[in-house]
Amino acid sequence: MLRFIIRRVVVIIPMVLIVISLTWVLVRLAPGNFYTGEKKLSTGIEANLREKYGLDKPWYVQYGKVLKNIVRLDFGNSLKYEGQSVNQILWRGLPVSAALGLSAYLIALLVGITTGSLSALKPNSWIDYSSMTLAMLGISIPNFVLGPLLVLLFSLTLFWFPPALWDGFPSRSMVLPALTLSAIYIAYIARLTRSGMLEIMRSDYIRTARAKGLTEGQVVTRHALRGGLLPVVSFSGPALAFLITGTVVVEKVFALPGLGNYFINACFNRDEPLIIGIVAFIAITVLVFNLLVDVAYGFIDPRIRYS
Amino acid sequence: MTDEYSATNELIKGTSLWRDAWRRLLRNKLAVFGMVVVIIIALASIVGPAVISKATGSAYDSIPRDSSLIKSFAPFRGPAGEFSWAHPMGTDNAGRDILARVLSGGQISLMVALIATLVSLVIGVSYGAIAGYLGGRIDDLMMRIVDVLYSLPYVILVIVLLALLPAKTPSGQLAQLFFALGAVSWLTMARIVRGQIISLKNQEFVLAARATGVSTPKIIFRHLVPNALGPVIVYATLTIPTVMLSEAFLSFLGLGVRPPRVSWGSLAAEGAQNLAVYPWQLIFPGVTMALMLFSLNFLGDGLRDALDPQTRKN
Repeated sequence: MLRFIIRRVVVIIPMVLIVISLTWVLVRLAPGNFYTGEKKLSTGIEANLREKYGLDKPWYVQYGKVLKNIVRLDFGNSLKYEGQSVNQILWRGLPVSAALGLSAYLIALLVGITTGSLSALKPNSWIDYSSMTLAMLGISIPNFVLGPLLVLLFSLTLFWFPPALWDGFPSRSMVLPALTLSAIYIAYIARLTRSGMLEIMRSDYIRTARAKGLTEGQVVTRHALRGGLLPVVSFSGPALAFLITGTVVVEKVFALPGLGNYFINACFNRDEPLIIGIVAFIAITVLVFNLLVDVAYGFIDPRIRYS
Repeated sequence: MTDEYSATNELIKGTSLWRDAWRRLLRNKLAVFGMVVVIIIALASIVGPAVISKATGSAYDSIPRDSSLIKSFAPFRGPAGEFSWAHPMGTDNAGRDILARVLSGGQISLMVALIATLVSLVIGVSYGAIAGYLGGRIDDLMMRIVDVLYSLPYVILVIVLLALLPAKTPSGQLAQLFFALGAVSWLTMARIVRGQIISLKNQEFVLAARATGVSTPKIIFRHLVPNALGPVIVYATLTIPTVMLSEAFLSFLGLGVRPPRVSWGSLAAEGAQNLAVYPWQLIFPGVTMALMLFSLNFLGDGLRDALDPQTRKN
């Protein structure tokens, strides 16, 4: 177990380096520079700027600086938001994105597992058909369409929730963004739960549980759910990566000051330290989270051996 | 004589497999519904803009000459607010017919989805087939790389690529989209193909091919891959909607298709900005796209059930 974790951690380090290097190369390949605008700078000013930001040094010195920054987890100052360090911006955007992503995922787990299990317990019933059609709808409606439609209905017509506002967690302003983000995960989790549960309900140990006289409710909650939810657990790893892309859109639709919004703006502004900082942060989070999911998997299903 | 006989025999067996699948597909009502909707939307997108420009005598997305018409009409409403058949989906802020724009956006969305899926197909099938056939350490290494790539938020890298290295021309941008989207969606395909190849490679026809001195690349691509076609088709059908969604997502962020070309994603982005006043600008492109994705997903699910009865859901 410990060896498994150590080996996985050792893999994470080169991966983060590869991602960062790729990002850095992309930023450097791009024509122009963050200071190039509509007005042409005089050569003196440009030379000063290049010197100030270390752009006059050879590429390996600059690349080395990027690597050093990552090791120290300090990404330097943003080029666009003057006087603010990348870390300050990360810490400002993270709570927004994390609150949004976590609440969306919790909603998805709750609703998805419930509907998925109900479908699996009564396969081919109207509950099954309607919830699976709804799930397909959830997968098919893009969140950038769903979000504005929810705003149109609940904010601009019924006036229940504010259309675009952030006043912390928890608050009414979070309801629509979290719902928008969760729709597709509700759908995925419901489908995964359904197929996982269907398979488990046919297995021998469920028949044993029934044979020894447990009520159907006990069979489901104590025995079937544990095995039937394994696909959901392993989906949680990739789900985080998808959640991050989802938050980029949802934050844009609802104008929330989260990491996704900062990231898109940083890309358009060519704010190199901020781009690298956010990409590094995302890569590390996703990889560590995947490791945690794999470890948790072993606790839930003791049949799995780490080799 | 014997050769000919066995060849025809095999041919009949081959068609009956596909015919069987076709029959199973037709029995699945949702899949048939999906197939019909996909065909209708695709045909309308392909011929629609041309038909509209012929019928109205103007290019499908032209801005009207008369400046009093340059405003957003509601669906089925004429300039004075009276009922009119001219714009069944209304017009956008520049007075362009939204139906025509949705159809020509459909052309681009479909094209990006198909070509990017094809790119991912080529990469995924070759990668998976090579890993599966060669086996051993090479397979371990290749699949380890896939595992690792799986856990990466590669869309983030695509965003960086498209934001920082935008192509010079709109067509170049399209080509960039094909490759960027294709290059990040081949992973599952590689896994599926590898699994298929591993289960096939020890069969006798492979041994026969090897014994007659067929080269390894030829065994992989001429003998093994065609036999793994069923799952490949199924998964490719399911890749199309995800790629379409990614394209729309990128276009929504302003990174994908650029004017004068439009796609469903860029139309939805435009519509979302005018949501409060002109909701139809978002609703029609958004609903068309959702309907297309919905139908494609049902069709893909139906194909999976039809071609691969073992993994069939209850």
